[in-house]
Amino acid sequence: MMSADLFTTLPEILLVLMAMAALMWGAWGPGARIAPVLLRLLAWAMILVGLGLLALGGDGAQTAFSGMFVDDFYARVVKMLVLVAAGLVLLVGEAHLGKQNLLKFEFPILVVLAVTGMMLMISAGNLIGLYMGLELQSLSLYVIAAFNRNSVRSTEAGLKYFVLGALASGLLLYGASLVYGFTGTTDFAGITQALAEGARSLGLVVGLVLILIGLAFKISAVPFHMWTPDVYQGSPTPVTAFFATAPKFAAMALIARIAFDAFGGMKIDWAPVLGVLAVLSMFVGAFAAIGQKDIKRLMAYSSIAHMGFALLGLAAGTEVGVEAMLFYMAIYVAMNLGTFAFILSMEREGQHITEIAALSNFAALAPGRALALLILLFSMAGVPPFLGFFAKLEVLKAAWQAGLTGLVIAGVIASVIGAFYYLRIVYLMYFGPETEPMESRMSPTARVVLTLSAAAMLLGAVSTFGFEDLLAAAARSLVQ
Amino acid sequence: MIGLEHYLTVAASLFVIGIFGIFLNRKNVIVMLMSIELMLLAVNINLVAFSSHLADLAGQVFTLFVLTVAAAEAAIGLAILVCFFRTRGSIAVDDVNVMKG
Repeated sequence: MMSADLFTTLPEILLVLMAMAALMWGAWGPGARIAPVLLRLLAWAMILVGLGLLALGGDGAQTAFSGMFVDDFYARVVKMLVLVAAGLVLLVGEAHLGKQNLLKFEFPILVVLAVTGMMLMISAGNLIGLYMGLELQSLSLYVIAAFNRNSVRSTEAGLKYFVLGALASGLLLYGASLVYGFTGTTDFAGITQALAEGARSLGLVVGLVLILIGLAFKISAVPFHMWTPDVYQGSPTPVTAFFATAPKFAAMALIARIAFDAFGGMKIDWAPVLGVLAVLSMFVGAFAAIGQKDIKRLMAYSSIAHMGFALLGLAAGTEVGVEAMLFYMAIYVAMNLGTFAFILSMEREGQHITEIAALSNFAALAPGRALALLILLFSMAGVPPFLGFFAKLEVLKAAWQAGLTGLVIAGVIASVIGAFYYLRIVYLMYFGPETEPMESRMSPTARVVLTLSAAAMLLGAVSTFGFEDLLAAAARSLVQ
Repeated sequence: MIGLEHYLTVAASLFVIGIFGIFLNRKNVIVMLMSIELMLLAVNINLVAFSSHLADLAGQVFTLFVLTVAAAEAAIGLAILVCFFRTRGSIAVDDVNVMKG
């Protein structure tokens, strides 16, 4: 029994063991030289574990540690995407970290621990397990936000993220304690059973809403988004790239897990909450991004708006909605990987710059990269025929089928407003005034990721190569 | 007779005091860390009260986990605060303002 449990959690155990071994090697090994080696090793290990997990896991569902840990097809697909995204972010960020003198061996280790936390969140089958996974992820993220500890901005970002993140954890915990009190169990299966026996009460609704608020903080849904722009701007750029991809996907997957696995019987309570969060996020993300001058702040508002669209899929509360959410998040992560690979290479005289104005007339300097960024920005804006358009379409379709006409109309309006600021960057790149040119160098890994991501946005319109079926199967295994 | 409601009321009051401590305090970041701790302890009271009321051990186990995590959280919060103090030379809440927002 015990060995079966350990076998089910093998991917997580492997990652933690690797992180521990790396920590020992870093502390007593040959010193600072090993950091790049360690980073590459851990990044490839994460990618391999992710792919292996999906390839070898089969399509069955099992639980470990008396239901504490759920290993179903949904968990495996999301984990694979999170692990691959985290590995790619590490590889892309390596050159930049080296230049900023931030390439220390602790960095990849903290990323691996954060990713392990995300995997536990995705597989959570119990409120205790959920909380432990969430905190393992959050505590690692607080540290890497403040990783450039000689920079005022980075430490301030870490501090803000810590205070608001801890507040969110507190709210989530209070909600969890109420849910425990009113159902008598912390087990998701037990909560479902209690709901089926008619345990729905005011206390339980309050608990559920508090849990959702705590998680809304983590995905930066409006009105719990205040930390996002500052943390994105202040953190070192590779850290921002990480924040924008893996943790968002994991927290979104966790919301879906809670909504369907534990509170499936309270859809009438959580669907409107998610709907309100979705509409607010879409509009605030679209409007607030317009005046931004810093591209990292812009990406923060862009991610807020994207979270709104992904939540729209969940608010539909159907299997199609979950599939649309997964599809949207996967494409969002792919677009962000490409865009951040580009942002990481923005340099002038050896200094990293993040002002949007520096992109002026960039197309004349590096037409290939400008074209790749154009594709990504068009895709984020939801311009057909790029993949981002289909992602928005799926989400809106799911919401429409669930009868959420008002939300669909709001989504269309918000996406039109949101398109403005993406197009402004494209305009600036192609028709902007001459400016002091940026350097046109780019690390080979970043170039590969940027090209792949842009190519995926183009090719995806023709065929998704079975990827959509994979996500559909994942959604089915969650909702059933 | 002190019953479940009394414990829940105390916990809810402490929790709200914690939240207000974070938002209303304009002086010191340390006070914010204390407020966060207060919130987590309020949750612990809640969990133990429910656990005893339901005669179910899971709540108390949960409390132990929360206590452990709260310790780790305080350690990390103070570490970040020390880094912030080194670069900024102050831990006043009003000085956490290099970036707007």
